[in-house]
Parts: sequence; C-alpha cells; structure tokens
Amino acid sequence: MQNSDVIFKIPSHSFVAMGVVLGLLALATIIRLSLKRKHPERDDTELKLRIQSWWWMIGIVFAALGAGMQTSIVLFAFISFLALKEFFSIVPMRLSDRRVAFWAYLAIPLQYYWVAMGWYGMFIIFIPVYVFLLLPMRMVLIGETSGFIRAVGVIHWSVMLTVFSISHIAYLLMLEVNNPAAGGMGLVLFLLFLTQFNDVSQYVWGKMLGKHKIIPKVSPNKTWEGFLGGLVTISFCAGFAGIYLTPMTFEQGMVAGIIISISGFIGDVVISSVKRDLQIKDSGQLIPGHGGILDRLDSLMYTSPLFFHYYYYFVC
Amino acid sequence: MAKILFFALIVKPFVFLMLGLNVRGRENLPLKGPAVLAGNHNSHLDTIVLMSLYPLKDIRRIRPVAAADYFYKNKWVGWFADHCIGIIPLDRSGKADRSQLFQGCHKALDNGDVLLLFPEGSRGVPEKMSSVKKGVFYLVKDRTDTKITPVVLHGLGSALPRNEALFVPFNCDVVIGEHFELRDEVSDSVKALTDVYTTLFTYCLTRQATQEGNRVE
Repeated sequence: MQNSDVIFKIPSHSFVAMGVVLGLLALATIIRLSLKRKHPERDDTELKLRIQSWWWMIGIVFAALGAGMQTSIVLFAFISFLALKEFFSIVPMRLSDRRVAFWAYLAIPLQYYWVAMGWYGMFIIFIPVYVFLLLPMRMVLIGETSGFIRAVGVIHWSVMLTVFSISHIAYLLMLEVNNPAAGGMGLVLFLLFLTQFNDVSQYVWGKMLGKHKIIPKVSPNKTWEGFLGGLVTISFCAGFAGIYLTPMTFEQGMVAGIIISISGFIGDVVISSVKRDLQIKDSGQLIPGHGGILDRLDSLMYTSPLFFHYYYYFVC
Repeated sequence: MAKILFFALIVKPFVFLMLGLNVRGRENLPLKGPAVLAGNHNSHLDTIVLMSLYPLKDIRRIRPVAAADYFYKNKWVGWFADHCIGIIPLDRSGKADRSQLFQGCHKALDNGDVLLLFPEGSRGVPEKMSSVKKGVFYLVKDRTDTKITPVVLHGLGSALPRNEALFVPFNCDVVIGEHFELRDEVSDSVKALTDVYTTLFTYCLTRQATQEGNRVE
C-alpha cells in the first residue's frame, strides 16, 4: 500500500466513508436544530438524545478503528460483554446459575483471543461446540435440576447472539485484504453502516407508505412497505458501497445488501419478541434515547454472521 | 479524602463497567440533608451503588447506617468503614436504649447529612424482600425536618449475594420514589412503606416475568 492512500493510518476509502457518515450525522443534527427553531414548543428531547448518542457511538467505533486492529478487537469484545450482561440481566435466570454465567463471561476474552490470533477454526467452533458442551456441565456440578433445560437454553442462546455473532464483526478485520484502498476496516464499515442504515430506511419507508403490517403481534409498526422499501434502498446502496469499501462487484454487493436487509429485519424482531415476552420496552438504559445496548445491536446480531459467511465463501 | 478517592477511582468505574445501572427517578434523590434514603437490602453492593449515584462533591454528605458488631469486628474493615465509606455505626445488640441508639444518626442529620439505611435490617435471602422493621420510623418520628425517600434495588442479589465471594456482573435497577409521608401509627407506616416498595419494584427492568410482582409499562 502506498503512503498517499493512507490518511491518519486509515486507508483512504475508509477515511472518506467515515467522513460521509459524520457528514450525514451533522446533517441530522442540523435538521433537528432547524426543526427546533421552527417549532420551539415541541418536545424533542428524545430525538436530541438519540442523535447525541449516535455521535458518541460512531465516535467511539471510528476512534477504535483508527487506533488499530487490536484496539478494535478489544472494543468489540467489550461490546459483547455489555450485551451479554444486559441479556443475562433481563432474561429469567435462576440464582444458582450465576456461576454458570461467570463461565459464560469467560468465553468472551477467549473468543476474541482466537479472533486476534486469526485462528479461524477455533473462532468458528469455540462457542457452538466447546462452550455449548461445557456450560451444561458446569450447571450439573451445581446440581440444581429444576428448570435445568430452560436455563441451558437461555444461557447458550445469549452467548451465541452477543458473543459468537458479534465477534464476526471483529473477524472481518482479520481476513485477507483484497481491496487495499479500503483495508480490512472497509468491510466493518460496510456492515455497520448498511445494518444501521437499513433500520433507518425501513423506518422512513414505513412512515411514508406503511399500510400492511408484517407481524402485528410482535412489532405493530413494521410494514411490508417499510421492509421492501428498505430492501431496495439497501441493496442499491450496498452495490455502490461494496465497490468502494470491499472487493465485491456491484452484483455481489447487492446480494450482500439483500442479506443484510432481510436478516437485519429478523434480528430486530427477534429481540422485540424477547422484550415482548419479558414485558419491557427497552432492554436497559445504557444508550440515552436508544435504550439498552441490545436495542442497538439487535439487527447486527443477525447481519454480522450472515454477511461474514456470505463474504467468506463467495467473495473472499 | 480517602472517601472521594475511593469513589472516584474504584467505585464509580466499577459500577459503570461491571454493573451498569438502570436508574429511575433520579430527580427524587435527596442531594442535601437532613434526609433519609431507605432502601431494600440484598448485598453489600447496595450501599456503594446507592452512594455512587451521588456526585463526588456531595459524596461526603451520604452516610450509611451500618451494624457496629459486623463492621468493627476487624480493625482493617473498621478503618475502611470509617474512612472510605463513612458509616454511622449502630448497635444491634439491643443493649443500648433508644435515645442513645440513634445519637450518631441525629448528629449526622443535624449536620445536614443524608442517611442511607436499610429498614429490613439485614441482607436476608437474595432478591427477596424481608419485612420492614420499625427502626427507621422511630428515628424520624420527632424530626419534622427529615423526609424519608424510598428506593429499591434489584439485581445486586445476583451479582454478589450474601455469603458468596464470587462477583458476577449483572445490570441492576435502581428505582427512587417520591418522599414518603409518615403515618401517625408506626405500624401503618410499616405497611405503607412496604406497599411503596412493592410499587417501585414494578419499574425494574431486571425483574423477570417469572417472578412475582410483574412489571408492565
């Protein structure tokens, strides 16, 4: 890679993409402020908090990506920790499971260690095989059999979603770089941006045209119009972004966009169902204006592994 | 000074990173004394979590009332309780008469401090409320200047229950209620405060659907 292609140690295409995201965020801030001026009587605290939190979240992720691979991996490990903690705190758990939960937490540094050393084989089976088999064993040693099956299921499901799935984002950084102008972080930016933009565009299309509800029992605001609008928007955005940020062709990028759009929707409604079951609105209060960290990661828990494996098998 | 350092360098980062709080009703938190913050008790962490809600500049104002027999058993724990937490020791043996018993508490209240106490008297079974004791009402009965603010905590009983040394990270709910109006009869106050706790529990995110007292919004 030539020096001119790198700005502040960030590959130029990724640098530009970060600039575009920050520009969009600045635009959102300006729109909010002008709305505030036009309608000073309206309460926009929620929107204000939401946008402020976006600044923080994007700032932290970009800073970590800019600081280097290891910092980024540590950040994603920490995000997994926060998400797993939040999950364990809201789902029904027996008091006797706290020691099992402790072992589940220990899976996080190990899983990200496999990522950091680029040991793909271990990264891909550690949680689905070893943790999967080990946690029930730990539970047996405690000996509380009442509610055993449910507890095994809940704990492993939590670890799969918050650690296994999320660690795929980090592993994107370890793959062979086939588009040096964007670097490994181009893939991460592609995935994060399209997943979050998918949420936004499904929401916007739904607001504009939404009529026919998809799953009224789980999420009454989700409509076919929003879903399909998001799907078309994201597949085209992904086609263009794919050429710029990844080694994918336009068509490959579009397929990635379709995968991200559909699976992002599913992740969203899966976590919605969890919250419905528990009769809570937000999973926590970590991110002002958004709720808990699971409320923000819901789509990513589905898009990350699915995009990763699509890319890994068909493109990489 | 030891207290400010302890909270700035250890407690606050620990609570933020390892616990994570869902706080409701922060505006009800009494920042200035004389006031009494009355919480449910499940874990040693209850005290430091409630104290960590206070900004560092007010941290010296909040004083937990704690069992003298438990915290002064050991010299080192005693030093820590005095200098890092700033407890007000309470004699649980039943030997002291009532006027003497609350002397330290009254002095602190006169001084404009916020007393943190746990009307259940003991940590008890994790995540189960035991009965509210009368002590807190005897303390504030003759003080017109002191209001009781009820607060419930949920989740810390899983993070660090009684008689367990292994800490496991869990998010925790803190729900702070409005001022509690004292009833004429102490027994009525006990009942009313118990009801307030039951209501506050319904706002906890971490209180799962399987348990009694389901929360809904």
